[in-house]
Amino acid sequence: MYAYDQYDHQIISDRVAQFRGQTERYLAGDLKEEEFLPLRLQNGLYVQRLAPMLRVNVPYGMLNSTQLRRLAHIARAYDKGYCHISTRQNVQFNWPELANVPDILAELAEVEMHATQSSGNCIRNTTSDQFAGIAPDEEIDPRPYCEIIRQWSTLHPEFAFLPRKFKVAVTGANDDRAAVQLHDIGLQVVQNDAGEIGFKVIVGGGLGRTPVLGSLIKEFLPQQHLLSYMEAILRVYNLLGRRDNKYKARIKILVRAMGAEAFAEKVDAEWEFLKDGPSTLTLEEIERAKRFFTEPAYETLDAAAAEASLDAQAKEHKAFKIWLTRNVREHRKAGYAAVTLSLKPTGVAPGDVTDSQLDTIAGLADQFSFAEVRTTHEQNIVLGDVRKSDLFELWQAAKVAGFATPNIGTLTDMICCPGGDFCSLANAKSIPIAESIQRRFDDMDYLYDLGDIDLNISGCMNACGHHHVGHIGILGVDKKGAEFYQVQLGGSAGSDASLGKVLGPAFGQDEMSDVITKLLDVFVEIRRGDELFIDTYRRVGLVPFKERVYAKAN
Amino acid sequence: MPKLIKDKAIVENAWQWLAVNDEDAAPTVPVGQVIVPLKLWLAQRDTLGSRQDVGVYLQNDENPEDLKDDVSKLPLIAIEFPAFMDGRGFTLGRLFRERYGFKGELRAAGGFIRDQLTYLSRCGFNAFDCNETFDLDSALSSLNDLPEYYQAAADQELPLFRRRD
Repeated sequence: MYAYDQYDHQIISDRVAQFRGQTERYLAGDLKEEEFLPLRLQNGLYVQRLAPMLRVNVPYGMLNSTQLRRLAHIARAYDKGYCHISTRQNVQFNWPELANVPDILAELAEVEMHATQSSGNCIRNTTSDQFAGIAPDEEIDPRPYCEIIRQWSTLHPEFAFLPRKFKVAVTGANDDRAAVQLHDIGLQVVQNDAGEIGFKVIVGGGLGRTPVLGSLIKEFLPQQHLLSYMEAILRVYNLLGRRDNKYKARIKILVRAMGAEAFAEKVDAEWEFLKDGPSTLTLEEIERAKRFFTEPAYETLDAAAAEASLDAQAKEHKAFKIWLTRNVREHRKAGYAAVTLSLKPTGVAPGDVTDSQLDTIAGLADQFSFAEVRTTHEQNIVLGDVRKSDLFELWQAAKVAGFATPNIGTLTDMICCPGGDFCSLANAKSIPIAESIQRRFDDMDYLYDLGDIDLNISGCMNACGHHHVGHIGILGVDKKGAEFYQVQLGGSAGSDASLGKVLGPAFGQDEMSDVITKLLDVFVEIRRGDELFIDTYRRVGLVPFKERVYAKAN
Repeated sequence: MPKLIKDKAIVENAWQWLAVNDEDAAPTVPVGQVIVPLKLWLAQRDTLGSRQDVGVYLQNDENPEDLKDDVSKLPLIAIEFPAFMDGRGFTLGRLFRERYGFKGELRAAGGFIRDQLTYLSRCGFNAFDCNETFDLDSALSSLNDLPEYYQAAADQELPLFRRRD
C-alpha cells in the first residue's frame, strides 16, 4: 500500500499543527463557534448528540496492521474502547474530547493517517472496491488512481468551501462494488480497444434526500487527464452549484437542472483551458503510484492440494464449511482467498469493533495476510490475501475473537448508520431495528436459503445507511415526535444500480421484524428456484409484498 | 487610515471603495485611488481606462471574463466574499491569475476569515481587506499555515508530482 515520503509527512503534520492552533484559539474564546465549525469539520470532527465524533479517513479502505494497532490505542486512550467502521470505509470514534483531538491527529499522522476533509463541504475521502487488486473480475487496479486523487484533493485550496460535500468513488472491476453510480463523481478504470487506460466518468449520483443515479459524461477519459478533468468538474460545480438551500446544493441537483449533456459541455469548455497543463499526469507519476500497489510476495502454492485439504476439513466441520461459503471469496492468485471478517454478530451495533478486537485483527493480518486489511462499505473488514491452507486456522482464531459469524451477504449482514443513539441528525434509532431483525432471523439455514439480500437501514433521510439502494431499505422517520420506519424495496448499489420504491405507510419500531418476516414469506412463496430477492422483486414488483404487509387482519 | 494585509505585510489601505446605488445611472468617480463596481467600470470603461488609479471589484457571481481585456492595465481587482463559507471567490482568483494573466493587486474583501488566508493566497490573492474583523498581526502567520502542498495553483504552477525528488 502507499507509504508516505517526507512531503506527505510534512503536509499532514503541518495540517495537524494548523488545527492545534485553531483548537487552542477556539477553546480560548478567540475563534467564533461558527468559524470554528467548518474548520473542525474539515479535520473530521463533528459535534454529535452526546459527544464529539471524530471521523478518520481510511483512504480507499486500505489499512496496515501498524495503523490498526494505532486505532486500537486511540480507542483505548482517548475513547471508550471501541470505534465504528462507516459506510464510506472510514473509522469513527464516538467519544473523544475536543481538546484531545489535535493529539489524536498527531498520533494518526505518525502512522500515515489523517482526518483531513473527512467531513465538511469539500472533497471527501475517495472510496473504492474492497477487493481491489485481488478480485478475479477486475480489469485494472483502481488504487493507484485513488491515491493520486487523494493527494490532489487533500488541502486543495480552491475546493475547500464548495456548495456541499463531494464524494468520489473508483472501481476497476466490471462488478461494481464501489457504488460508482451513487457518488458525486464515480470513475471506472477501463482499457479501450487500443489498449490505453482511461476512465468512464459518471457525475451527479448520490443518496440523501434526493437519491439519483449518476449520469455518464465521458465514455473514455485518457488516464493522464484525470486531474485536469476533475478540476474542471469541480470548478463548474463550485461556481454554479446552488448555495441558497443546503438540500439543493449537491452536484446532482446542478446536473439535473442543467441536464447531463449541457453540464458535460460546460465541463468540456472549462477543461479546454486546463487540459494538457501542468496537472496532466505524467507516466512516471502513474508508475510511481502503481509501485505501491504491486502484488505482495505470493508463494507458488499447490492449489489442488489446498482445495483437497479444505474439502476434507469442510467435511469434518459443518460450521467451517458454511463459513467458507459465506465469508470466503475467490482470489485471482491460485491458492489464495479473500476472507471477510463479519462485524455483524447479533447484539453488536453493525460495524462496531473494540480496541482489543482491532489488535486481534492486526495480529491476524500479520499472521495471515501480509499485514494489511481492507474496510468495506458494508462495514466489515477483509483480510485480502490468505493462503487457502491457512483458512482453517484463521477460522478458528476468528471464531474466538467473534468475527466468524457466517452471514456475509445475508439479511443479517446489514448496513446500518449509527442512528438516533449517536447521531444528532437522526430522526429515529437504527441500531435497535438492526438488532431486532438479527434476533428474529437467527436461523442460519433459513438465511442461507434466502440467499444474498442487502438490508440497509438509515435513521434519517440523509441516508448514511444507504436505504435507497438496499434490496430492502428501512428509513427512520419522525412523526409528531415518535419514531417510525418506512420500508422500501428494490434498491441496488451494484452495476445494476437502482433506487428502491416506498412500500407504503411507515411502521412502529415493534412491528418491524414482523414486516420483514412477511416480506420474506412472500418472497419464499413466489420465488422461482434459487432466484434472489432482488430478481423476484424486479419480476413481480411491489404489489404482492404490499398486499401481504398491509392486509387487514381478519 | 484602516489597515490590511498586502504582500505578507500590514499596510495602510490607500484605496477608497466606491459604493454605487443601482438607481444612480451615471455616478461620478472621484479622484484618487478608487475601486469601482464591475458594472460601473464596464459602463465608463472609455473614460476610466485612461486613469491609473481605478480598480474594479466583482461580486462572486459576476463573470470574470468581462474583465479579460482589461487585466493588463488594471492596477487592482477586488473580489467580494459575501460570507466565508461561500467559496466561489477562490475559483475567481485562480481564473484572474492563471487564465487571464492578471499581475496587479488581487484583493480579497469582505467576509473571509483568517484561517482561509493560506488557501486564498494559493488561489492568487496577495491583498486581504477584512475590515479589521480579525487581528492582522496574529493573522499574518496564518498565511504560511501550509507551506507544502500537492496541487498546482496560482502560486505554484507545478503540482508536487512534478517537483518530488
